[in-house]
Amino acid sequence: MAKLWNNYRYLILRRIVQISLLVLYFGGNAWGWKILRGDLSASKMFNMIPMSDPYAVLQMLAAGAVISADLLLGAAIATLFYMLIGGRAFCSWVCPINMVTDAASYARRVLQIDNIKGTRQPASRNIRYWVLILSLVVSAIMGLAAFEFISPISMVVRGLVFGLGFGWAAVVVIFLFDLLVLKNGWCGHVCPLGGFYSLIGKFSFIRVHHNEANCTACMKCKVVCPESQVLYMVGKESLPVLSGECTNCARCIEVCDDDALGFSIKSLIKK
Amino acid sequence: MEKEQGSDRRKFILDMARGVGIAALGGFVWSAFIDEAKASQLLLRPPGALKENDFLRTCIKCGLCVEACPYDTLMLARPGDHRPLGTPFFLPRDVPCYMCPDIPCVPVCPSGALDKKSVSTEGHLNIKSAQMGLAVVDQESCIAFWGIQCDACYRACPILGEAITIEYSKNERTGKHAFMVPIVHSGACTGCGLCEHACVTQKASIHILPREVAMGKAGNHYIKGWDKKDEKRLENAKEIKTTTEISKKSAVDSLNSGMKDLY
Repeated sequence: MAKLWNNYRYLILRRIVQISLLVLYFGGNAWGWKILRGDLSASKMFNMIPMSDPYAVLQMLAAGAVISADLLLGAAIATLFYMLIGGRAFCSWVCPINMVTDAASYARRVLQIDNIKGTRQPASRNIRYWVLILSLVVSAIMGLAAFEFISPISMVVRGLVFGLGFGWAAVVVIFLFDLLVLKNGWCGHVCPLGGFYSLIGKFSFIRVHHNEANCTACMKCKVVCPESQVLYMVGKESLPVLSGECTNCARCIEVCDDDALGFSIKSLIKK
Repeated sequence: MEKEQGSDRRKFILDMARGVGIAALGGFVWSAFIDEAKASQLLLRPPGALKENDFLRTCIKCGLCVEACPYDTLMLARPGDHRPLGTPFFLPRDVPCYMCPDIPCVPVCPSGALDKKSVSTEGHLNIKSAQMGLAVVDQESCIAFWGIQCDACYRACPILGEAITIEYSKNERTGKHAFMVPIVHSGACTGCGLCEHACVTQKASIHILPREVAMGKAGNHYIKGWDKKDEKRLENAKEIKTTTEISKKSAVDSLNSGMKDLY
């Protein structure tokens, strides 16, 4: 039991956070709970504190919308929050699609898809930044928030809170894409929201640190990591993970049996 | 060494060109999809909604208006609803807008896509100033126009007597009855849809359309001579010179020329 907790504590916590946020949103709509109302695009906490998706606001800005004070304040709150705790903490601790893509990558490992000879990763992880730029261009041309219009993330959250329609199809498509087409395909390559939070996350204070002295180079961390390129230093140097692409999901910390990885606060003074 | 550098440059240029190509293709498909989805404009928005184009760019799709609505009138468009995804709308035949005096759906809007000012008069919320749509009567299927007495829509109207009135005229067919037909007045109708909800025919014979779809426009060149206010528009009017000269020929010549000078 202790081992179970030790190996899955962050995963369990993340699932609890992800699911309870959805439950709170659902309760806000269905039973009038006041803790959290709205959805991940924009919401109100305790009928007071506004929060809004800064990337959605950026697209609206590109589309030429007049941005209200509420949305600006909400976007500022969300941006500051994620700047402090790690931009892509959104991806691994909040976004419900994370559960889908984690399941897909787990299935890949169980089915040993990556061990099949000749499989390769033909796509660059920088695609998301290009999609990010493209989304702003399309927003400007079409006069509406382009990614928000097709985003499977918003679609699924909205679906779970307000009624799903064909939204489940988005979940199936992303699962199959990640399972069969591209490892960590959606979250790690395509999703511009992840790209956006990667850029914000550059300033994050909470970081995974690697202690090379303890490392036995078993590489379990790299197997579970959805953004394994950020762990380039494992077994080589004692360094913090500074890339904004790290989602702070902490899977690497809990699979490490040698206490070579752990969270710590980024020191402000560079040595 | 030099040769390798050259091929590096070629590869870089090729990669860039490839990226531009993929981005153009993606952008094209993306825009085409949005253009299609935007085109479904036959939908009714909550009270205070901005003009459709501005509404689409301003609404952040949070659903707070939907949560605020006590009658579950408002819905967010789901995939498969064939409406701009995630935006709020209502179907009055199912659940109309009951025109709450405190308009709970509007002040909660964080983005301003539902504009408080447009449903306020003299600084106070006034649901009667909402313009969600306009009721249109199909005179062929409305049984009141057949001569059957029915005033379901008139009775259902929350602005009864202003938005819908009943007009009387003699039913020549029977010679002793009256037609009592509903007439909608666009100046007062908010498009709440209570009439459409109440209509007794199999498919509603009075239904709400977006105002831009339902209404015509006379244009600036028509002035109501009997209306003092409208007449005022003439005060600063200037003479307009038309480009075609008025014919100097006698009108009789024109009538006797066959249709020659018309073609």
